[in-house]
Amino acid sequence: MTILSFDWAFVVEKLIMIAIIVFASLGIALYTTFGERKVAAILQDRPGPSRAGPFGLLQPLADGLKLIMKEEIIPTHANKWLFILGPGLAMTASLMSCAVIPWGTPIHVFGRTVELQIADINIGILYVFAVVSMGVYGIMIGGWASNNKFSLMSALRAASQAISYELAMGLALIALLMTTGSLSLKTIVEQQVTGHWWNIVYQPLGFFIFFVCAMAECNRTPFDLPEAENELNFGYHQEYSSMKLGFYLFAEYINMIMSSAIMASMYFGGYDLPFFDETTVAPNIAAMIGVGTLLIKIVLFIFLFMWIRWTIPRFRYDQLMNLGWKTMIPLALFNMLLTGALILAKL
Amino acid sequence: MSTLEILFYALSAFAIISAIMVLVSKNPIYSVLWLILVFFAISGHYVLLNAQFLAIVNIIVYAGAIMVLFLFVIMLVNVKQNSEPQKQMLVKFIGVLSGGSFLLLLVALVKQTVQLQEQNVLLKDGTIGLIHPLGKALFTDYVVPFEISSVLFLSAMVGAVIIGKK
Amino acid sequence: MQTLTNKAQAVNRAPMSFWERLYLINIIKGMLITFSHMFKKQPTIHYPEQKREFSPVFRGLHVLNRDEEGRERCTACGLCAVACPAEAITMEAAERIEGEEHLYREEKYAAKYEINMLRCIFCGLCEEACPKDAVYLSETFAPANYTRKGFIYGKPDLLIPNPKTEATALATAKGVEA
Repeated sequence: MTILSFDWAFVVEKLIMIAIIVFASLGIALYTTFGERKVAAILQDRPGPSRAGPFGLLQPLADGLKLIMKEEIIPTHANKWLFILGPGLAMTASLMSCAVIPWGTPIHVFGRTVELQIADINIGILYVFAVVSMGVYGIMIGGWASNNKFSLMSALRAASQAISYELAMGLALIALLMTTGSLSLKTIVEQQVTGHWWNIVYQPLGFFIFFVCAMAECNRTPFDLPEAENELNFGYHQEYSSMKLGFYLFAEYINMIMSSAIMASMYFGGYDLPFFDETTVAPNIAAMIGVGTLLIKIVLFIFLFMWIRWTIPRFRYDQLMNLGWKTMIPLALFNMLLTGALILAKL
Repeated sequence: MSTLEILFYALSAFAIISAIMVLVSKNPIYSVLWLILVFFAISGHYVLLNAQFLAIVNIIVYAGAIMVLFLFVIMLVNVKQNSEPQKQMLVKFIGVLSGGSFLLLLVALVKQTVQLQEQNVLLKDGTIGLIHPLGKALFTDYVVPFEISSVLFLSAMVGAVIIGKK
Repeated sequence: MQTLTNKAQAVNRAPMSFWERLYLINIIKGMLITFSHMFKKQPTIHYPEQKREFSPVFRGLHVLNRDEEGRERCTACGLCAVACPAEAITMEAAERIEGEEHLYREEKYAAKYEINMLRCIFCGLCEEACPKDAVYLSETFAPANYTRKGFIYGKPDLLIPNPKTEATALATAKGVEA
């Protein structure tokens, strides 16, 4: 009987990591909603939420409390189980993608070396892709189960948008993987820490494509077609209320955080602080600096997302599809060929 | 039994039950969702075989992309639960007969294969499902079938474009 | 056609050039514009803490005035009701009896004086019509209410505090209104 022959300390360590990362991303997502409203307000010469607590800092808690306290409504003709499954799936999928992100260099606690990453699997990025494609089901199932034409329309839009942009995203990624030679996010980050340049120097076009596609995958403006208020009322979560709606909204913000973290790790050196030699300080301090650096990079990306959202209007649906299939994919293919040619020329 | 074996049997049971549910469900949407679970179980098996790449590609391509298209079509067509035409007894009987004989054939084939006898599954140890060995195999030993299948996909794509242009 | 100003521009229907079709330059321009707004001064006035100053000619809620000895000035002549274009004012007159000289300045007074704030258009004609300087428009506006009844202001709502007996209340009322 070798069933229970785990390294229990390892299991506990990973469980603690998971708990910390899940709660941290929920907390960050909570405050990203606040940041979204503040950024929107400041870009529009308004003060934004300022009543709850100093500078309105308690506003997200008030919002969350409101969402929880609201009445749960399940429409009579909705498919009850799928209606509940939808937001759960969306939330699970977006939280799961944080498993492969390396948050920093290993730290030493109680004589153990703890990796600041939940799982270093050798197909890290593909795992993220798989999880993201699962997130589409959350939207589709929710939209269909609502038994509402608008919700269904928007769910179909979300799915087709996600599939279309996943292609260009994958092609942009292939070019990056050709230079790194590894799918593990940890290896990619370590290459950038030890190498002289971040991957953005080698893959500027690839990053641009990836960024645009990430925006489309997160359903952010200018790609927030699934939530187009003026033609689809509210989109796939129209029939939802209370915390089920909250899950959908939260999942969007967590997706945004995770895609920021992934872009920071893949193109901007992850936890690498430029012009700073981590070996000069104690490993634990270096790890903390790394985590802080990654968080700052994530915040900057989120700001960029918001900045774009409050500047650019939404695409029309045919424009969205044209951009995805006729611009992004050929560009990504060109980028891939160019990268391959350059690699061959160097050899 | 080791942990791996327990996981193997649990996943197998999960896969078979989900597959049965695909057939039993009246609502086509439920069938598709159960089918997605089947793919997940199969991906779990790939992971047990240390074929992480295959596992994840199975999820991305089958569970992620193809089943979304299935759902798409079914949601748009909006098949009612009761609109499925009632089959005659004779048709049902023929179906059971042909399906059963196909199953028998498969089992017999597997049992007779010499290479599979007295062999244990390479749980956790194999490397063929990882990226580097798989890539090498695809581009050296199996390069001709690989390229032919990609030509097949290309022709399918061209055909789709032509149909779409009409 | 003769244009009134020289601001009119002909619509440019020329096909977009390559750089225009990329949209990227214009997107970056737009993003710089929004970014520059981060440093602009916000025109917001945080209402309960900060208040915008009323203009000197602002016409708000009515008050019924008293004279220096605290007697009501209104004599219920009805001129304000006649002047009111929205017909928001109603009143009932009563005769002052012996011993009420300290309450009402004139021999006739308004036993009931009501202004419907939902009808009132705050034109200030009542103020101009009043021969006794009894009705004035103050610098406050009608607060929200739950019922229509709540918007019909009677004498207790309209009368200013008595300068003799409620001098502090009058001072605070003036302070708020100033």
